[in-house]
Amino acid sequence: MTDALYQLTDLSKRYTRGRESITIFSDLTMEIAPKDFISIMGPSGSGKTTLLNLLGGIDRPSSGSVVCDGVRIDNMNQGKLAKWRAANVGFIFQFYNLMPTLNASQNVELPLLLTGLSGKERKRRVQTALEIVKLADRAKHYPRQLSGGQQQRVAIARAIVADPKVLLCDEPTGDLDRATADEILETLQVLNTELGKTIVMVTHDPAAARYAERELHLDKGRFVEQEVMA
Amino acid sequence: MIAQIGAVTMINLRSIPQRWGMSLATIFSIALVVVVLLGFLSMANGFRATIQGSGSDDIAIMLRSGSQAELNSGFGRDTVRLIETAPGIARTADDRPLLSSELYVIVDGRRRASGTDANMPLRGVGAEAANLRDGFTLTAGRMFAEGSNELVVGEGVIREYEGFDLGQTIRLGQNEWTVVGLFSTGGSVFDSEIWADIGVIQNLYQRNNTFQSIRVRLDNAEAIETLRSYVEDEPRLDLDVSNEREYFAQSMGGTQDLIMFVGWPLAVIMAVGAFAGAWNAMYASVDARLREIATLRAIGFAGFPAFVGTMTESVLLALIGGLIGALFTYLVFNGISASTLGGASFTQVVFSFAVTPASIIAGMILALVVGFFGGFVPAIRAANAPLLAVHG
Repeated sequence: MTDALYQLTDLSKRYTRGRESITIFSDLTMEIAPKDFISIMGPSGSGKTTLLNLLGGIDRPSSGSVVCDGVRIDNMNQGKLAKWRAANVGFIFQFYNLMPTLNASQNVELPLLLTGLSGKERKRRVQTALEIVKLADRAKHYPRQLSGGQQQRVAIARAIVADPKVLLCDEPTGDLDRATADEILETLQVLNTELGKTIVMVTHDPAAARYAERELHLDKGRFVEQEVMA
Repeated sequence: MIAQIGAVTMINLRSIPQRWGMSLATIFSIALVVVVLLGFLSMANGFRATIQGSGSDDIAIMLRSGSQAELNSGFGRDTVRLIETAPGIARTADDRPLLSSELYVIVDGRRRASGTDANMPLRGVGAEAANLRDGFTLTAGRMFAEGSNELVVGEGVIREYEGFDLGQTIRLGQNEWTVVGLFSTGGSVFDSEIWADIGVIQNLYQRNNTFQSIRVRLDNAEAIETLRSYVEDEPRLDLDVSNEREYFAQSMGGTQDLIMFVGWPLAVIMAVGAFAGAWNAMYASVDARLREIATLRAIGFAGFPAFVGTMTESVLLALIGGLIGALFTYLVFNGISASTLGGASFTQVVFSFAVTPASIIAGMILALVVGFFGGFVPAIRAANAPLLAVHG
């Protein structure tokens, strides 16, 4: 399949702890199509987050290859990989990972500082991103002045502001109540359907997983596809 | 890259208040280093200024050969008579040589601040003594009367010692004296002295017809060579001739060196301690922000801005510490009067601490060096923060 956004081939990941070697998964092969919205579920320690790290280029496989949009990323040096991440990936974390000393607008602007855009253009894009997540009126608020759901919205705005192809979400609703989680997931759905973002979401929550088009279960280093949403 | 550095540095600096305890400890320890260094430097500067202010090129001082200090010197009136006719010496309007043969004894004084005793110079001088000290002014009262138990006292003595106020009677050893005048020589070592009539000093201290030094005013600075040739060619004279500036530099330079040799090593040892403190604080800073740093790296920021941000924070804390230390030293020490043992004279020299721009620069450089090296390794750690720390 040549039109896949991601091609993962014979991917293995092992950690060594003392004399013990722990295999997270081995010989994992999969493809992710552009504009896909995939949820990955599985028991703790099944390698969900590790897989997300490999997709985002913040970790390297023990063997195998990760190709994104025709570019092999698993053997890039750190400098190139950082530039690749800046151009292609937006991250959304369970605990938001906002800079507490920057306000919402400044947090969202961070990825744009890597682009060479003018200050005026950066401001315009920050405004647009905050409008998409419905937080334009909180632009000057600091993270401590925002609720958990609002902070995650700021994190989503930060993830999309540089217009990356892929959003990688690690338990994006794990720290939120059900109603707020639904709002966040609806926002992700909008980003997928209306803005065409490819989304890979790791979650423990079956209700959250159902917002995705595809649910994948990772178990003992193997994928089990659960269902395909209509 | 500049935008990245700016953003990371701003994040670092804004997060300082979240770690006030550690940051304040770093600032305080660096400030302390600067206070110690500047304290010693200002002491050495003040002492040097006092010594330099005490020396004149056209005043010659003569001591017995090899004696090096007045206290070890001694000669009779015949020597004084021979010098009175020497060439190169300036003369008064009535053709007398501008000369003062002097005797110098040590008496006990009581410090105002500590109440402890200290050695003070009581100098017996002749009528021309005041004319042989540049900048001499009688600031209160009058000169002592010949043949009386009267004292005139330098302003440094008044500041540092009790019992020498104008009009006061004071017992020095077996004898009672009355303070009749106060004088200043503009901060030179003479301000640390007490003067009385030479004849009275010789009599009361059983030094009849002996002297320890002769001061003369030269026709000009070059006339010292004429005088020196005369003394060397006159077999009845056994004197060392030097101008006043050389004399003070030789006799008291060792004290200034001592201050410097204590001050710098002490400051450097303390700087090592402050360096450890800064290192610890910056490590704590990096650890506390590891997830933030990893998040920035995950977004695409390079490691170098994280390095610069941490270094900037460390250097800024050091700069604040250095400025506080310098300001404190300036406000507390600059201009205050102190005294220390003045080289071979075994008496106290009163001087004022002088916090100079050069010493402030030295203190700030030391502070910044502490900040730079204290932040260096933590900054490398920040630059290499593991990306997986994004997950907390």
